[in-house]
Amino acid sequence: MVTPVPTQDPGAQPGSVPPTKRGLELIMLAFAAIVVTTALVLVELNQPQGVTRSVLYDGAAYLALFGAAHVAVRWFAPYADPLILPCVALLNGLGLVMIHRLDLADGASAASVGDPVPAGNLPHQIAWTTFGLALFVAVLALVRDHRMLARYGYTCGLVGLAALALPGLLPSAVSEVNGAKIWLRLGGLTIQPGEFAKILIMIFVAAFLVTKRDLFTTAGRKVLGMELPRARDLAPLLAAWGISLGVLVLEKDLGTSLLFFGIVLVLIYVATERAAWLVIGLIFFLGGATVSDMIFKHVQQRVTAWINPFSDYDGAGYQMAQSLFGLGTGGVFGTGLGAGRPDLVPEAHTDFITAAIGEELGFVGLAAVLLTYLLVVMRGMRAALTVRDTFGKLLAAGLAFAIGLEVFIVVGGVTKLIPLTGLTAPFLAYGGSSLLANYILVALLLRISHAARSPAASAAPRKPVAPLAEAHTEMVQRP
Amino acid sequence: MNTPLRRVALAVMGMIVLLLLNATYIQVVNADTYRSDPRNRRVLLDEYSRQRGEIIAGGLPVASSVETSGQLHFLRRYLDGAMYAPVTGYYSLRYGSGGMENAMDSVLNGSDGRLFVRRLSDLVTGREPSGGSVELTINPAVQRVAYDQLTRRGYTGAVVAIKPSTGEILAMASTPSYDPNQLSSHDGAQQESAWNADTSASRGSPLTNRAVAAIYPPGSTFKLVVTAAALEAGKATPATPLTAAAALQLQGTTTLLHNFADEPCGPGATVTLKTALVRSCNAAFAELAALVGETDLRKQAQLLGIGQQDLAIPIPVTPSTLGAIPDVAALEQSGIGQRDVALTPLQNAVIAATIANGGVRMKPHVVRNILAPDLSVLDRTDPEQVGTAMSRFTADQIRDLMVAAENSYRNDGKIKGVSIAAKTGTAEHGTDPKNTPPHGWYVAFAPADNPQVAIAVLVENGGDRNLEATGGSLAAPIGRAVIGAALQGAR
Repeated sequence: MVTPVPTQDPGAQPGSVPPTKRGLELIMLAFAAIVVTTALVLVELNQPQGVTRSVLYDGAAYLALFGAAHVAVRWFAPYADPLILPCVALLNGLGLVMIHRLDLADGASAASVGDPVPAGNLPHQIAWTTFGLALFVAVLALVRDHRMLARYGYTCGLVGLAALALPGLLPSAVSEVNGAKIWLRLGGLTIQPGEFAKILIMIFVAAFLVTKRDLFTTAGRKVLGMELPRARDLAPLLAAWGISLGVLVLEKDLGTSLLFFGIVLVLIYVATERAAWLVIGLIFFLGGATVSDMIFKHVQQRVTAWINPFSDYDGAGYQMAQSLFGLGTGGVFGTGLGAGRPDLVPEAHTDFITAAIGEELGFVGLAAVLLTYLLVVMRGMRAALTVRDTFGKLLAAGLAFAIGLEVFIVVGGVTKLIPLTGLTAPFLAYGGSSLLANYILVALLLRISHAARSPAASAAPRKPVAPLAEAHTEMVQRP
Repeated sequence: MNTPLRRVALAVMGMIVLLLLNATYIQVVNADTYRSDPRNRRVLLDEYSRQRGEIIAGGLPVASSVETSGQLHFLRRYLDGAMYAPVTGYYSLRYGSGGMENAMDSVLNGSDGRLFVRRLSDLVTGREPSGGSVELTINPAVQRVAYDQLTRRGYTGAVVAIKPSTGEILAMASTPSYDPNQLSSHDGAQQESAWNADTSASRGSPLTNRAVAAIYPPGSTFKLVVTAAALEAGKATPATPLTAAAALQLQGTTTLLHNFADEPCGPGATVTLKTALVRSCNAAFAELAALVGETDLRKQAQLLGIGQQDLAIPIPVTPSTLGAIPDVAALEQSGIGQRDVALTPLQNAVIAATIANGGVRMKPHVVRNILAPDLSVLDRTDPEQVGTAMSRFTADQIRDLMVAAENSYRNDGKIKGVSIAAKTGTAEHGTDPKNTPPHGWYVAFAPADNPQVAIAVLVENGGDRNLEATGGSLAAPIGRAVIGAALQGAR
């Protein structure tokens, strides 16, 4: 198993400038473009009308889009991790291909019963991708040093909390879709403020923990050889727990609730280095989960549909059962892109897009997607390990872990490992808010990894007492 | 801070590994379960886009796929749907498949290994892939007579006809039947209303194939098994004296087991086994069963195929059973085919066919050949001996008893110049057996000296004759008509 350990300290060898590895990033992006274009060709090949040359233009447009992002990284964060952006590009591209593929299926079944062919989700998702990449560039350009974010910690926390709570407090007419009250409907646009709140709250918790770290490490009583924190220091964790439950009750969103609590818990653990927090958090979680299962009908439904989806095949278990049928039919190598029937799974383009991938690309394809996610998380963790400042470490760890946990919750739900909770797979699934928020997340991760790998940052972790030889690095900021 | 960071990284790896293990479980270990689940419409949708093979009986395609212009490229059509439905089964987009459509699915849809070379060449030549065909052993003339005989009077029941020397099933009818064309319709509403009607108990559950999927008390037809057990074990001969009393007190109880119409079996105190079988005396056979004993009875039943769990023709067959026999009283009741003894009509036909075949039991089957799409033979079913259920001597003795029995029955539809060996049965059932119309049975084979066909006929619940019904009045005429049709074909 590979543990992300810095193999070399770039600052240890003065005089030699460490490579930026931007060339590698470009090569990997081109590779992603080839994979995605090939996937698109396969989808088209399995359609009655066959492949047209437009596929090539699509591939070129995709490469241009991510090429632009690459140029921005070159410009604003030259030392950023070279693998994160290509991985994200690959996932995003694969998501676009799958959404296109599902659009085709919807069109075909509409045509077969004589209905007009629907416009499809692809144009929206392409627009969101473009917009997301623009945000990505904007964040890289605006946040020149991640440490400045710590200064806005409380602001972020307040705004994040408001964003998280808003849909739950608004009337259902504005905020409810498919039973979950997590939306804001503004004119024709629907956004999920929770996706953005996730990042804001992470910034707040990281900043808060940096200043109040000592508080959490004050020992309380010792039980079973483990030092428990003092009761009063439990307040922040209790608050996070309460907010999670609030999300669960008011917004009926199990996924966000779980994600939020998990991130806060891990950040507290990383900051304090004490496993006692994990144990306490786990007890809180189990308590909350048990009580919710007893009290709330929407939680019970999910649990029943998880334990045996076939007991209520025509009702609550239908979607889960279809997902399992799809995954089983796909088997090891899948039916082939465009040759399966992933459209039989309800919501295949959002929550169940990984089931669609598992069906058409098989276990092999699903494993490749999961390992791509793992690569992103590990590169993020590596940035957390190498960056010098505590805030950067905590924020990078939180951002990276958020992706990992979200993937676990989504894919675990789709593959019946855990109850279905209704999050979407980052970058793959259809959904504007998720895409935008995750591009912001990745931009921040790249910013921190740039700080971790750049010689300037490593030589001058806190105070820029710039030695002459490195003074010129500041000139990069000249437009 | 780096230690907890590494641990968190490890935890994420652990989570991904968990996901991969779980995905392996679903997509590799359990994949076939999900793939072949009848509710999984993927496979069916995929199959609809290919030309499915035909099911052929006597040169006629009784099930075939015709091309349509709709999204589902092919429509499954059935010739004389209701008549062949117990064999062909159905093929429905919404409700999966049954019968041969299900049992031979891999051949019909083209995925069977025997079609592999053909598939390869399809791939190379770009020819549209299509499924293989299945040629049945069913004889359309016999099947038609069997079906018409059952439906003419609106009977609920089943007929099975077997060729004793090979085990080939010549006819398999079950009524009430259903039209599989309705279930294979591309119109979802039509499928649904047909399905609801075909599974409705108040309409007699037409989808149930009574020939192989339902078990009934065999009544007096079971006396053949008891006789075989007694003769094989050397515990009796056709001349063995048995009680002639009109009723027998079940051992250890005060309950009386009566002969039919409560008549004595003969003028004296005893009658021979032969007379007891010809006159079908219950008291005598209860006594004989007790004489044979449970062990030998079970052994004989098993040799005849009763209790076999995995028989498939290739349509799966519900196992027949003797039930529990806790004491002698139960054994005495079981000896006349009552209590918990229950057989499928197919099993009863197999018993007749085994006696006809000199005691050698042949595996019943309904597939003669598997054909490639160009109708060349890919695989043929060779007759398979399952085992020797009784000696030829015993079989011949029972045959003679059955000929004598047939000659004593009412002359109802007998065929001139053909010697039939037969046994009737009138089985009580239900919670109030004396006031519930009985099931009528007729098992037979012919010609007695050179058997070409063995049959079992079952008519449920007294047919149209209510409480007065007997196997002889209900089932025997049907059986003789089926035998007539089969012998006409054999000549």
